[in-house]
Amino acid sequence: MATLRDILRKIGAVKKTQQITKAMNMVAAAKLRTTQGRMENFKPYAGKFAEVLGNLASGMDPGIHPLLVKKEEVSCVELLHFTADRGLCGSFNVNTVNAAQKWIKGQQDNGRDCSLTLVGKKGRDFFRKQGANITESHIRIYGMIDISFINQMTRGFITRYLSDEIDEVNMIYTRFINMAKQEPTLVKLIPIEPPQKEAETEEKAAEYLCEPSAEKLLIELLPKHISVQIYNAFLQNEVSEHAARMSAMDNATKNCSDIVENLTLVYNKARQAAITAELMDIVGGAEAITKA
Amino acid sequence: MGRLFLEIVTPEKIVVSQEVDSVVAPGTDGEFGVLPGHIHFLTGIVPGELRYNTGTGKESMAVTTGFAEVSNNKVSILVDAAEKTSEIDAERARQSMERARERLGDRRSEDIDTLRAEAALIRAIMRVRVVEKAI
Repeated sequence: MATLRDILRKIGAVKKTQQITKAMNMVAAAKLRTTQGRMENFKPYAGKFAEVLGNLASGMDPGIHPLLVKKEEVSCVELLHFTADRGLCGSFNVNTVNAAQKWIKGQQDNGRDCSLTLVGKKGRDFFRKQGANITESHIRIYGMIDISFINQMTRGFITRYLSDEIDEVNMIYTRFINMAKQEPTLVKLIPIEPPQKEAETEEKAAEYLCEPSAEKLLIELLPKHISVQIYNAFLQNEVSEHAARMSAMDNATKNCSDIVENLTLVYNKARQAAITAELMDIVGGAEAITKA
Repeated sequence: MGRLFLEIVTPEKIVVSQEVDSVVAPGTDGEFGVLPGHIHFLTGIVPGELRYNTGTGKESMAVTTGFAEVSNNKVSILVDAAEKTSEIDAERARQSMERARERLGDRRSEDIDTLRAEAALIRAIMRVRVVEKAI
């Protein structure tokens, strides 16, 4: 049986943990707000971009650019995988790593080689331990990314795709659905499948005067399309991470309260027991004196 | 005929969103001007100066690569980065140009660092040019 002092000490420890989780919760909330703002700011760009690209790509022969053509034989695939740099965010990292592992296994069962480009420390640590084939890893870059960094990444993929080093590029990131739900999502980056547009806007595309030609413009836009998708993944993944951490820390704080409550009960019981035992002693002692 | 609605969007934010009288932008095939009633138009944007007339005054901006779409008196410019000329610090722009030049040195390989430095240099030169013209 734990002594009174032990229980008190434990209560203190749990309370301190609670302070930390509470603080982390608030930090995550603040970070979530700023990244969510960034995501909102990106939406008009992404929306407009998809619209224009859809307009351009519709009715165009996919043969005009190798990035649009599916390779007949796929022997080596690249996976761009996003995790968080830190833990303490519930099952966020586990979920996305599991999804990636499952996907990689599926590819390997089909006799394809997998190489990985990793963003986030947790994923890097995991796959390095696994001895996976890692092309590149980026850690601690969330919040510091800008479009030129992404463009560079895109350029790397494209060069390697065109030189037949890799035959497909996919990415897995955690999509932000709402505060309570984030989901690992797989997106095929290369070859590009242009966003489909609705049939009713079909005629609008024909009216455009393009300078230079529509084909040339499309070719210029394709790498940007990849960048836009990667940028989007970065933002979504970051928002998801903060949301996951927020709810994980909220749960932890609540659990701390529960534990403190239970421990207080135990403490009170033990205290009462101690008092009773002491009383019994005194009474027993007094009786012994009167008898004597 | 009405006026034009100009929207300049970067991945980070919407930089400009207002009604204007005219826009002049650096296209892939040379500078082009847009007035109300322009035909539907699509073109690439190269780093350079973008000017527009708000009716009360003229504004100038430095833009990087991207593309422009004109439809129904709406001009949408999507670029990687855009800065108002009045907000560019001329001294800093010049410094960063020098820095980029130095970093580039006499390397002419195709590795990523070189490409990055080149991109930075182009941006810096363009910023300096736009600023110096304004002064």
